[in-house]
Amino acid sequence: MAIGKKEAVAQGRGVAGMRTLRGALEGMSIIFASKTAMVGLAIVMFWVIVAVGAPLLTPYTPLEQDWKAPNQGPSSTHILGTDELGRDLWSRLIYGARLVLVTLPLSEHIWLPGGTALWGVFVALVVGTTLGLVGGYYGGWLDEIIMRLLDAMMAVPIILLYLIIMSALGASAVNVVIAITIVGTPGIARLVRSLSLDIRTREYIRAAETRGENPWYIMFIEILPNARGPIIVDAMLRVGYAIFAMGTLGFLGLGLPPPSPDWGSMVAKGREFILAGSPWAALWPSVAIASLVVGLNLLADGLREESMRYQ
Amino acid sequence: MNRVEEITPVPVLEVEDLSISYETRRGDVEAVRSVSFQVGEGETVGLVGESGCGKSTIAFGIVNFLGSNGRIVDGSVRFQGKELVGRSEEELKRLRGDKIAMVYQDPMQALNPSVRLGEQLAEVLTYHRQIPKEEAWERSVQMLTRVRMPDPEDVMKRYTHQISGGQQQRVVIAMAMLNNPALLIMDEPTTALDVTVEAAVLDLIEELKHEFLAATIFITHNLGVLARVSDWLCVMYAGQMVERGPVTEIFRNPQHPYTVGLLASVPRLGETKADSVLIPIRGRVPPPAERPRDECVFAPRCDFATEDCRTSRPGFEEVTQGHVARCIYAREIDIGVGATKRRRCEVMAGALAKPGSHSEVLLRCEDLKVYYPMESQSVISLFGLGENTFVKAVDDVSVRLSKGRTLGIVGESGCGKSTLVKGIIGLEPVTDGEVEFLGIDITRPVSERDKDLIREMQMVFQNPDSTLNPSYSIGTQIARPIKRFKTVPRNQIKGEVIRLLKAVRLDDFYYDRLPRQLSGGEKQRVGIARALASRPDLIICDEPVSALDVSVQAAVINLLLEIQRIYGSSMIFIAHDLSVVRYFSDDIAVMYLGQIVEVGPAEAIYAPPYHPYTEALLSAVPIPDPDAKQKQIRLSGNVPSALNPPTGCRFHTRCPRRQEMLPDDGKICEMEVPPWRSLEFGHRILCHIALEQLKKVEPVVHPA
Repeated sequence: MAIGKKEAVAQGRGVAGMRTLRGALEGMSIIFASKTAMVGLAIVMFWVIVAVGAPLLTPYTPLEQDWKAPNQGPSSTHILGTDELGRDLWSRLIYGARLVLVTLPLSEHIWLPGGTALWGVFVALVVGTTLGLVGGYYGGWLDEIIMRLLDAMMAVPIILLYLIIMSALGASAVNVVIAITIVGTPGIARLVRSLSLDIRTREYIRAAETRGENPWYIMFIEILPNARGPIIVDAMLRVGYAIFAMGTLGFLGLGLPPPSPDWGSMVAKGREFILAGSPWAALWPSVAIASLVVGLNLLADGLREESMRYQ
Repeated sequence: MNRVEEITPVPVLEVEDLSISYETRRGDVEAVRSVSFQVGEGETVGLVGESGCGKSTIAFGIVNFLGSNGRIVDGSVRFQGKELVGRSEEELKRLRGDKIAMVYQDPMQALNPSVRLGEQLAEVLTYHRQIPKEEAWERSVQMLTRVRMPDPEDVMKRYTHQISGGQQQRVVIAMAMLNNPALLIMDEPTTALDVTVEAAVLDLIEELKHEFLAATIFITHNLGVLARVSDWLCVMYAGQMVERGPVTEIFRNPQHPYTVGLLASVPRLGETKADSVLIPIRGRVPPPAERPRDECVFAPRCDFATEDCRTSRPGFEEVTQGHVARCIYAREIDIGVGATKRRRCEVMAGALAKPGSHSEVLLRCEDLKVYYPMESQSVISLFGLGENTFVKAVDDVSVRLSKGRTLGIVGESGCGKSTLVKGIIGLEPVTDGEVEFLGIDITRPVSERDKDLIREMQMVFQNPDSTLNPSYSIGTQIARPIKRFKTVPRNQIKGEVIRLLKAVRLDDFYYDRLPRQLSGGEKQRVGIARALASRPDLIICDEPVSALDVSVQAAVINLLLEIQRIYGSSMIFIAHDLSVVRYFSDDIAVMYLGQIVEVGPAEAIYAPPYHPYTEALLSAVPIPDPDAKQKQIRLSGNVPSALNPPTGCRFHTRCPRRQEMLPDDGKICEMEVPPWRSLEFGHRILCHIALEQLKKVEPVVHPA
């Protein structure tokens, strides 16, 4: 058993390099073939680039307050204007993108690479894929238990689930990741389960079984790579949902704690000044959320359509 | 075709120089190139060829169902003297009216699952002819009676899933015949059916031809089927018609090298590996975009090709009246079956074990049972109180396999042959009984078996498209069992993989290829290499060639035989094609409804005395020779459910022999389980009928 696992890992690693390279090239060619995917990719790449390069793209920090210029419209000093405390909106916006896509703050000074939304979806993918593979491959009562539990979770309205989790855990970036994971897992598990139900009937799975392979080897090395297409598309959509969820939580005051440049809380704060004649603080983060979510959806849709066409 | 003109001046269908193209991303691709043929009243023209040769495209071209990206580029299609090409959809409808009918391969897809069969049948008449409902119903019942449907009134009220596959195809045929069509197009109508059902449907098609006098186009890849039903034969290769002529003439005297190759690559019923060699056609059918345009399309695969073949596209050469072949040498050199007649293979014959010479027993099954529990539908079972029912997929099977020999298992679908080998290899839990392999008990599932035991038993699968994992390269997939079972030291793995590739006749550049870059035959070879990698004592082949084209099939069979000769491995060979099993196996077990009804050396199975079921199976095999005489024994009724098998002899509900050969109309078959009747060389028959009587039965096939 132990040897089997070690070998499985070794083979997995050897092949993984080549496969990811080949997969990436293939994926790129699919994106280039589809206009929808290209538009989506352009929008997403815009946000990724400004998020990564945020410190270079603005002279201000997101927390720097300019008391002399609160609630201003776009001008040459503040290209997108300022909020009610005189903080630069462009700077807050791109540092906000950084929170979503590039950094996960663990505490005030420590942060992990990879944004909050990405981490949430990634952990949900790991958990959901494992549960889905186990349920789909083993079947029987194990599958029944896993899926009924996940069904019970899916029965709770998503927004309610988010509120319950966040109010129980308290507002922090890590807790947002946990909430996204919990909410995202059932859907991913369901998808992976249905894919592996189909793939496990293929003869190469029979061949692996007649070799007496370890079930984990069969699930992760034989089944999972063949389910990757739909999983990737689904994950992209889910990053969109996660960004949306982060915005919602931030708006309700349950997201990242202030004064972090969280898009949702920016909208919540800026909302009070819309009728006072300075809609900018609420407008820009809304546009940011919408464009990023639409971009991810376009990318996912384009990918799916184009890869369907190949079959 | 002069014969046609003598009967009717205007043939029902004339196809002339028909060319069909499909639009693809890489531009237009010619799928069919200048094909001509005619079909007269009451005639059947067979279109035969391997997959991708354009047979179905022609059929769709005639009825203009080419889809959005296909179109007729050139040529004409005249139906009852009226041109069909170039007319609008409306005009076509008027010209064709209801006079062309089609029958497809899969009856499940041709029938609507949510509408009762009667309504579907009657609709044909009410829609096309505005016949009142009651009359349409009446005529549908009559038609069902004419297609020999038992209890037609009842069938009219049923849904598609409530009748068997053979009956579904009868309904589809009845539906096609309701309008009394002038032209009937059948696209592989029997390919999805079991051999005994196929035989009955073919009989029906043959009868209807005389009754309705419809012109029929019959498309199939199976030469044996055409030998039975068609009058004329058109051999298609890579979108072109390479040979055309009367059916007996082509079988007796094929002139195009491709036709010769097709005939030489299928084993005929009764031929064995000891007395003949199959000759595969090398290479594969080129995809439409890569077909040579200005040379003979078959030249790259032809053994007789010369420079002249590559300079221009050959026209039709007339061999005898009505028999033409698209080969410049058709008349000059005799490349008929005579020249490539199966040679006796001395090497192979010498290496084969003689029947009865029992060497060491490798595998022994005693009263093996594999049952699947069935969930009851009743309310009581919800509380776990219901009676447990089982699908008895394999019931009391006892069989032995000696070292170095091949055991063939035949039977119709659902008879339990796949479940039997799954039980042996440990993929299905064994319910009861003994299984011993190399003297070790192997009734445990594969996950609980010893690694050294697992490596001695490997499997080759049926479907080339799913036998390999699409995510990994060929090299990785063959290397996996080598690593797992440590057959060679780590640093020699790549060398071993390449050696295995060589063993299955693949070049070493296949090492880095992905499965989707390979053809079906090549994938199947890789599957064989993977099974060989652990150097097993026993290779189980579950229908390894049934999904392959005939020319490729021959190459794979030859490869398996060669492997067996070199490595001395034992094999279990499952197939539904009785000719292939006979060719390949030393011993054969015939299965019916979870039981073995006859087992013994191959030559003993295919000669009297037969078990009545074996006799029926053999008489149903389509033989690619119109002159061969074959007994016609057709089984009545359906295969009973394995959930609740008949009492006594399981075959008694369909047995054609018991009433004539047993006293009291064979009452005993319903009451008592039949005894095994033993003959020499381990040949056993499970039947109540005495051996003396079974021995009196005539052999099924008399080769011409």
